[in-house]
Amino acid sequence: MSDKVMVKVEHVSMKFNLSSEKFDSFKEYVIKSLKNQVSFEEFWALKDVSFEVMQGDALGLIGLNGSGKSTMLKTIAGVLKPTEGSVHVNGSVAPLIELGAGFDMDLTARENVFLNGALLGHSRKEMEAFYDDIVSFSELENFMNVPVKNFSSGMVSRLAFSIATIGVPDILIVDEVLSVGDFRFQEKCERRIQAMADQGTTILFVSHSIAQVKKICDKIAWLESGQLKRFGAASEICKEYEQS
Amino acid sequence: MSAYIQNFIKFQPLLGELIARDIKIKYRRSVLGVLWTLLNPLCMMIVLSVVFSNIFKFDIENFPLYILSGQLIFNFFSDATTSSMSSIVSSASLIKKVYVPKYLFVLSHIFSSFINLMASFTALLLVMMATRTELHWTTLLAPVPLLLLVLFSLGVGLVLAAVTVKFRDIMHLYSVFITALMYLTPVIYPMAMLPEWLTGFVMLNPITNIVLMFRNVMLYNTFFGWRSLFVAVVETGIMLMIGFWVFYKNQDNFILNL
Repeated sequence: MSDKVMVKVEHVSMKFNLSSEKFDSFKEYVIKSLKNQVSFEEFWALKDVSFEVMQGDALGLIGLNGSGKSTMLKTIAGVLKPTEGSVHVNGSVAPLIELGAGFDMDLTARENVFLNGALLGHSRKEMEAFYDDIVSFSELENFMNVPVKNFSSGMVSRLAFSIATIGVPDILIVDEVLSVGDFRFQEKCERRIQAMADQGTTILFVSHSIAQVKKICDKIAWLESGQLKRFGAASEICKEYEQS
Repeated sequence: MSAYIQNFIKFQPLLGELIARDIKIKYRRSVLGVLWTLLNPLCMMIVLSVVFSNIFKFDIENFPLYILSGQLIFNFFSDATTSSMSSIVSSASLIKKVYVPKYLFVLSHIFSSFINLMASFTALLLVMMATRTELHWTTLLAPVPLLLLVLFSLGVGLVLAAVTVKFRDIMHLYSVFITALMYLTPVIYPMAMLPEWLTGFVMLNPITNIVLMFRNVMLYNTFFGWRSLFVAVVETGIMLMIGFWVFYKNQDNFILNL
């Protein structure tokens, strides 16, 4: 474990405005802002969370549903901008937040490989080099020219996972996606993640399966209702969590 | 600033893929495919020429070319801004999961429309050659109004895309607005036909200026004039600045409204 800080989360708070879902026309907005009801029902998904992740760490984020784990990952991935505080990320991020999000259903698998690769910042040439590896990992040799809308959900997940884990990203974010696919595929995924960890990739891992977390992670951040309850070594915190 | 440029370079392949996707999907499973980008404007021109030459008689020489050149400009503006408007909303699922510079979606729609514009421009040249109209050296100046138009549309597209995220009504309002705008631009009629009071409004319209500039160099073998150029550049510059400012100010909040 080196001393390079890969992810620095400083006093991050994230506020969601629940009532802003309620208007989608000018008239309503004007009326509500006159009545001063616009910022009603604030919801703080994250409250003053701070931690650091070093290079080569495998950090597990655990907590009950609604504790803010996915929100935390989204701020690290750059998808959400925190309402307060800041997140500094040192390196390339490969996010695995909902497999198949970047797919365009009308395009074939082959075309989607290049589209998704571009989403991760890879040029067509780089993707050509990775292409065979992707096809063999996802075991979809015969289906690369079929439009993705005709794929089964398992096939979509396999393809998405293969594309997202190419190369050696500096930081890999895995948000509860290892719960899809048959057990053989899950094993393959775990092995690949482990291989990436061995090559120095920093891993941020969210899962409800404590067994998976114990296997893969060496540090844990335990979130409860948006606050960081515990942060430290995996072995101690796992025991506490199981007993809670 | 350099961070923005670096970011753009990193995501340039994505811009290419998004544009390629727009074009591929548009003509997938159609027999004539990409040929439609040429045929569509030609067919429209034929219809409009027949209608206006025989039903409303305007006193313009070479009416088909007059219409085609005006349509070229206006249709680009209409397509580019309308598709950019819904670009953020339609890419909602992507934006919520992966970090992508959001202006890229607007930019990709402007570019795809630009490719259509090039095809229409080719159609215009073909018609000019077929009707044995002289192609003057001023045609080489045609890229100037076209480029200004593209940048102007980018500015408009950015504003529309940002506002639409919060207020979806804009999509419906805009289609009415575009229809009205077409009648406020001398696409199908000559300027001389307008009543006094309306001429003022039509001249204020930035698209009018571009259409006039374009027609001057393509059809009438005249340089469009420094004044027109200056006005166009200023209008484009302002629109771009407004576009980027509105977009950047609101882009972090898009995800909360999608």
